Amino acid sequence: MSPVRLRHDRVELALHILQEGEGPALLLLHGLGERSPTELPAELGAWPGKVAALDFTGHGESSIPQAGGYTAEVLMGDADTALQHLGEATVVGRGLGAYIALLLAGARPRAVRGAVLCDGLGLAGGGREPGSSSVVFPNPAASAPPDPFALAELARDVRPPDYATAFVRQANQLSDLEQPVTVACADRPEWLEAVVQEPGVGEARPAAALASYLVQLQAASLQPGPEAC
Amino acid sequence: MNEATSLATATSAPIAQDPAAAEAARYPGARRPDRRRTLVHHGLELAVWEWGDETGQPILFAHGGFDFAGTFDVFAPLLADAGYRVVSWDQRGHGDSGHAALYSWDADVRDMLAVLDSIGPDPIPILGHSKGGGIAIHLIQAVPHRITRFINVDGIPSQKNPPDVADHDRTKLLANELSGWLDHRGRAGTKTRRPDSIDGLARRRQKMNPRLSIEWLRYLVTVGARLDADGWRWKIDPVLRPGGFGPWRAAWSLRRMVALPVRMLAILGLQPEPMGWGTSEEGVLPYLPRDAELVTFEDTGHFVHIEQPERVAARVLEFLS
Repeated sequence: MSPVRLRHDRVELALHILQEGEGPALLLLHGLGERSPTELPAELGAWPGKVAALDFTGHGESSIPQAGGYTAEVLMGDADTALQHLGEATVVGRGLGAYIALLLAGARPRAVRGAVLCDGLGLAGGGREPGSSSVVFPNPAASAPPDPFALAELARDVRPPDYATAFVRQANQLSDLEQPVTVACADRPEWLEAVVQEPGVGEARPAAALASYLVQLQAASLQPGPEAC
Repeated sequence: MNEATSLATATSAPIAQDPAAAEAARYPGARRPDRRRTLVHHGLELAVWEWGDETGQPILFAHGGFDFAGTFDVFAPLLADAGYRVVSWDQRGHGDSGHAALYSWDADVRDMLAVLDSIGPDPIPILGHSKGGGIAIHLIQAVPHRITRFINVDGIPSQKNPPDVADHDRTKLLANELSGWLDHRGRAGTKTRRPDSIDGLARRRQKMNPRLSIEWLRYLVTVGARLDADGWRWKIDPVLRPGGFGPWRAAWSLRRMVALPVRMLAILGLQPEPMGWGTSEEGVLPYLPRDAELVTFEDTGHFVHIEQPERVAARVLEFLS
């Protein structure tokens, strides 16, 4: 099935609809250098609602911009574009996508209905502070996705622990879910170790985390609204 | 048609269509570059500008955020007249350079290296104002063998911490800024900058540059804006706006700066203003690299080279000699 095409500034993003369904939507974010899966991964268990998977800028079937300039924050804008399309969604991210899922959970605490952070490529990024400076010129002939600029720049994207925890606190304070962020990673780079230490962050396997969010979301949708009282 | 001719044609056309532009374009001491070329860098078009004799000693200038190479139109000719070939470029999304899909600090450093490469293989001095000074610090650390001297014009970050607020309030502030930034990006694909008269654009810019004269700001409009059917518009990419998000710490830049192996002249304007970084002499001293010189201008704001072009040029020429 051909993906939904979404516009994020000058980039055309591909949002793959892996499954149609009723109820809460699920948004999958891939790892660094990867592309969206073609079906709901078995490790996530079953999800009754719509399942969508986003190709980040420069990855999969999304367009490749000229001359690089990638940041995690721009990818948060990619994920937000998909979220706006879906309305609300529970977000599952792998590696780089896990970090983006955390940023989005903090930036859009009402629309992200739970974020599950999973192991995958690009989880660590460039560490807590920048290393020695270098200028990377990828080979312009290597133009097939993933964009070599994305691989080079997002692999050294700096992720200070207190920056990551600012997003957790925001999600905790402004989301109405009990544990809006759940960590399912075995690998815990510094930013993620700090996230796990924050009060209100859950730890669970991916399928269990999703099952728990689903129960909470379905219970919330069954509650009578004020007009029914 | 040579490059100089095409430059004159390109800049005089909109000015001829608007009588106010012709007057605004006559600013005392301002001189448009002698040459313009386009550097295509990984598909992105960068506008490169040059003042002075092509055979002169090259020096590369980097402008600040929300500026463009034309903001050197008074300062650069002073060095050009002293024999230098002054090269500058409009950073991606700024001035006459292409609007990119992505913007980042690393990308600006890489673009600067591409411009440096286009000048030649020999090491040369570089000068950066504000953000341009910050980019230059990163460039020198990456390719120290390509730079002979470094002049930083009010482009050293301040270690000063923001005023403390309660954690709860800070979270809400961040939430509003973040959602505002994402909303802006969501609309950016369809956004254009608001058209206005030359005077209107100059007065809007004066909010960011309150210490600069309205005559200078009107002049900048004739260079950094274009004339559309409905009025003048800044050329800068509408997606760019002050602020934005990403982890950044002053200490990271300062620690790079102290290690620089090239001789450095640091110039600070001490009067606070909206675009300035509030950097103090005491804050900079511990991070000056070996043999660096620090010059402060007590009575001047962030745009030191625009407020005091002759004084800054004299100091720079002395440093380079």
